Amino acid sequence: MFLYALKRLIYVLPVAIGVSMVCFMLVHIAPGDPLISVLPPDASTELREQMRRAYGFDRPLPVQYLLWLMNVFQGNLGTSIATGRAVSEELSKAVGNTLMLSVMATLIGFVLGCLFGFVAGYFRDTWIDKLASFISVIGVSVPHYWLGMVLVIVFSVQLGWLPATGAGPGGSGAWVWDWEHVKFLILPAVTMSVIPMGIVSRTVRALVADILSQEFVQGLRAKGLLDTGVLRHIVKNAAPTALAVMGLQLGYLLGGSILIETVFSWPGTGFLLGQAIFQRDIPLLQGVILVLAMFFVFLNLAVDVMQSALDPRVQRS
Amino acid sequence: MSVQETAVQATALRELDSREAPLVRVRDLTVRFKGARDVFAVNGVGFDLPPGRVLGILGESGSGKSVTLKTLLRLLPENRTDIGGTVEVQGRDVLALEGRELADHRGGVVSMIFQDPMLALDPVYTIGEQIAEAVMRHEGLDASAAMKRALEMLERVRIPSPERRLKAYPHEISGGMRQRAMIALALACRPELLLADEPTTALDATVQMQILLLLRDLQKEFGMGVIFVTHDIGVAVEVCDEIAVMYAGEFVETGTVRDVIRDPKHPYTKGLLAANLHGAQKGTRLDAIPGAPPPLDTAPTSCSFAPRCAHVQDRCRAAKPPAAVLGPGRMVRCVLAEGAAAG
Repeated sequence: MFLYALKRLIYVLPVAIGVSMVCFMLVHIAPGDPLISVLPPDASTELREQMRRAYGFDRPLPVQYLLWLMNVFQGNLGTSIATGRAVSEELSKAVGNTLMLSVMATLIGFVLGCLFGFVAGYFRDTWIDKLASFISVIGVSVPHYWLGMVLVIVFSVQLGWLPATGAGPGGSGAWVWDWEHVKFLILPAVTMSVIPMGIVSRTVRALVADILSQEFVQGLRAKGLLDTGVLRHIVKNAAPTALAVMGLQLGYLLGGSILIETVFSWPGTGFLLGQAIFQRDIPLLQGVILVLAMFFVFLNLAVDVMQSALDPRVQRS
Repeated sequence: MSVQETAVQATALRELDSREAPLVRVRDLTVRFKGARDVFAVNGVGFDLPPGRVLGILGESGSGKSVTLKTLLRLLPENRTDIGGTVEVQGRDVLALEGRELADHRGGVVSMIFQDPMLALDPVYTIGEQIAEAVMRHEGLDASAAMKRALEMLERVRIPSPERRLKAYPHEISGGMRQRAMIALALACRPELLLADEPTTALDATVQMQILLLLRDLQKEFGMGVIFVTHDIGVAVEVCDEIAVMYAGEFVETGTVRDVIRDPKHPYTKGLLAANLHGAQKGTRLDAIPGAPPPLDTAPTSCSFAPRCAHVQDRCRAAKPPAAVLGPGRMVRCVLAEGAAAG
């Protein structure tokens, strides 16, 4: 078990280096001059050159990459061109917010998805299945930014129960786990949970239906297990795949929340990424992309290790 | 149904009923699968199994052997099957069992060995857990006592280094060992009746023999009744006391192994014996039975074997042949055997 985790960890290294390289290159391949946003339109060529040197944009790309990588290893992601603050500082705040939002959304989505999927798979081809499948199809297909706006209109504007935007009362204060703060989390988290809910429930439905059709379920009944006992076996058989799907969904949510974070002005990585793109803030952009990519790499690692802990066939064969 | 035939059947049933209280008593069992296409899988099967005896049900794929077997455990999907007739085990009406009673019956009184243990064991639980689970369920032992019983059972089925296998997952052990583990699981709660659904079909030939010998020894040791389903005559001869030959959802011939093998009466049984590989000369053609079993989308109203039978007569196609009783437990469902029955 431990050895397997260690082995997987070593495999992560080349992947991480490759990812960092792609992050760096993509940003530089993209057209647009990063200095446009900080320099006045009538800046002299001299000033332009000076700034270029200051940010190191005059050196050849491989050198820039190596310098950047060395800094990254020392925890220095550079300075944001737009705000002048350290990228790592901006990121750590945003990562915390996004993590909280995505974990919350994934949990909601996972619990509801498993519930719907399980019920649908267990009562396959009945009206219960059709209802649960209908809900999950809606979950997958509804545009979530649209759903977010609808929820804001209903719960914030019409009913006035929950705040529409932001992450806490009075601007960007520190997060506290009390109702005053949590009510800011509810709408974005629920909106965000709709996608993992749909995907998890469809996966779990297929899993449960497949497991139920296997002969060992008949074997379990043949040895006299009651429904609860059989259910336990089904859950343990379905768990590795369901958790893997959940892990990947968490990965998608961590990176793909730009739209929702924008709709709710949630100060997370997605929001930050949007800002960095529109301001051509290359150091910030690189930092955000790198962190999001690393999220994915390590989430995959975590999912693999967890799966091998749950499913004896993964690590031993 | 003619008066004469009813009379013959009545004597046959009286004959069966007069024997000592059977472990299993099945009468007029019919199983129909409902669906886009109905299938009449079992059409009027009846037999008795005294305690401690081994009955072999012999027949080809789709003849209804496994379905008959699964009825004894009520393992067929409830919403898609119509079951008719009587099925009793130790005098209890199996078809009327519900809920916890049914669960107590399964594994406690009657248990089953499946054809392919790779498919019939849960892949994510260890062998020990799966055996212990059944013991805990039926005998209320705690986990460690149940695990001890599991170890004992693995020793009983002669699995080498049983402590290690206890912690193994089904995919980690060989096919023969898996089937031994399956047998250990089935016998863990001392059932009165063991159902074996082609337990050696998925194994290679040398392992087959070992498993058969093991089953025969354990049957004697535990003194349980066994119903053994197979399509292999050699296997049936090896382990069974009595044989029932099944065709198109009906028993066409029953009797002791000796009677059926030495003196088969039904043309289908004769055909099966002739098609056996044992003793066949290389280069000579096997005497395979021509044709294929009938589709069972309607209940048979005539002899189901008639289209393939070399001795077919007009009345075979007109009505179902009566069951001719030649002796205690010896029955042939064929017009050719009528004369013998009368005498």
